[in-house]
Amino acid sequence: MLPTMITPHKPHPQHRGWRQRLLIGAAVLLAGLFLLVPIIVIFQQAFAKGWAGWWHAVSQPETLYAVGLSLVVVAIVAPINAVYGLAVAWLITRFRFTGRRVLVALVEVPFSVSPIVAGVAYLMVYGSNGLFGPWLEAMDLKVMFAVPGIVLATLFVTSPFIARELLPLMELQGIDQEEASLSLGASGLKTFVRVTLPNIKWALYYGIILCVARSLGEFGAVSVVSGQIRGETNTLPLQIDLLYHDYDSSGAFAAASILTLLALISLVLKLVVEAHFEQTAKEDG
Amino acid sequence: MSVPADIGQRRAAPFLNWKRRRSVLPGFSLTMGITLFYLGLIVLLPLGVMLTRAAGLGLDEFLRAAFNPRALATYKVTLLSAAEATAFNACAGLLFAWVLARYDFPGRRVMDAIIDLPFAMPTAVAGLALSTAFAHNGWLGQYLDPLGIKIAHAQPGIAIAMAFTSLPFVVRSIQPVLEDMDSDVEEAGRTLGATEGQIFRRILLPTILPAVLAGASLAFARSLGEFGAIIFIAGNRPFDTEISALLIFIRLEEYEFGAATAIATTVLLAAFALMLLTNLVQSWHQRYLRRG
Repeated sequence: MLPTMITPHKPHPQHRGWRQRLLIGAAVLLAGLFLLVPIIVIFQQAFAKGWAGWWHAVSQPETLYAVGLSLVVVAIVAPINAVYGLAVAWLITRFRFTGRRVLVALVEVPFSVSPIVAGVAYLMVYGSNGLFGPWLEAMDLKVMFAVPGIVLATLFVTSPFIARELLPLMELQGIDQEEASLSLGASGLKTFVRVTLPNIKWALYYGIILCVARSLGEFGAVSVVSGQIRGETNTLPLQIDLLYHDYDSSGAFAAASILTLLALISLVLKLVVEAHFEQTAKEDG
Repeated sequence: MSVPADIGQRRAAPFLNWKRRRSVLPGFSLTMGITLFYLGLIVLLPLGVMLTRAAGLGLDEFLRAAFNPRALATYKVTLLSAAEATAFNACAGLLFAWVLARYDFPGRRVMDAIIDLPFAMPTAVAGLALSTAFAHNGWLGQYLDPLGIKIAHAQPGIAIAMAFTSLPFVVRSIQPVLEDMDSDVEEAGRTLGATEGQIFRRILLPTILPAVLAGASLAFARSLGEFGAIIFIAGNRPFDTEISALLIFIRLEEYEFGAATAIATTVLLAAFALMLLTNLVQSWHQRYLRRG
């Protein structure tokens, strides 16, 4: 038999038996009930009193502050993790050295650590009776129950996201192009910017989207280290929790609708990036 | 001693020679520096300090804090709910992966996209939405309540929240395997007279089992650590619907840092043990994929 051509996956249309109809029906029903209902509930509750009600609930100063703080945290965390992810991927895919596999495992450690546990760990380092606590107090620096603590905890939780997207791709691409560029006299930096980055740009975007989505939504680790001070250290997810427990459910749902919208935007961006991924894969043959 | 040639090449480098395969690419020291600095400061230092603190507690205090009846009750409900959620996700994940990989129908791409929704949605928002939908007067709860099924503010709510947040892990590990697998094999079985049940048991299941297990172990690990989605829906009654992560949080609010550290360390060590197991399953999975 001739080898079949490798084509991008597309299910072949078959005649629709009852079994197929049943399975598709079950999947659609389950996706609708389990995945779509929660989103619809959020928007339905958030807009129960119309646009005016939504805006009234969102425009509380504390909620607006929380939106701003969440965006600031993301703006700090995403670039730092992008640099780290690029460094990890370059190191692990471009060199072979002792301890390489251990390093890969260490990079993935935050995935298996419960965010609450991560929060406790940070408290033990920077809290008032933590390792650096007395020193920080003497220097009059506040890390825990302040913005730096929130940034650190978010960095911990999201650190593997970008590295994990880059690692398999860069391993697959190999170093031929970079070697060619260097042998033609380009500097290391120029090679990285002109050869490596264009090749991995979609994987990098993909990782950044995942990192941003998780940073915006991180709750467990941040709730331990933030101290939940209103209008000071409350990120948007924490503000939702606080409003909900204050029995201000319209405020909670309005705030939640902002995050849900951001989540939907990140899904759309992900689809766009995936489409580009597939296209470049096709162009490369 | 005779050693196979390739093993000799790979193992013969002197122990302290870090750069084993000489690479013409620059940036080894720079990227190694960034990686070690960041890993050390952000990941290893906090975890190391916490483990040191836990070790400093002394066995007696550690056991009293981490293995008292209330803590044991949280482990029990967390493990039980995570097991239920994982079992549900193994079935639901298989269904989604199968339908997405094998059938073409209107809305397939939309379904494929919204499978990732639980990863994109902040856990606190998911918890808020699920607790509203499953409340006794909620969109879904109003139909379950007359049947005597209580989900919000009860243990099933914990399992539902865990299942929601970890569903994509299972779908996304089974889907590529099913997409790569030719349906020729099944058709061959069918022409040879196998029943559908036999085809599933003898052909499909052995092929996708490693992927199901890999996805399920990731989902289980994520469920054990989940916090945000659960506390909105669980009701959080001690000895009943209180999860381990919440007990850690409560101990912190009581300024019982020793007790919080002890429970957190127990949870961390359990997670590491699970990660080891997951890696074993995954390397089995990888070997399997490479064989094919």
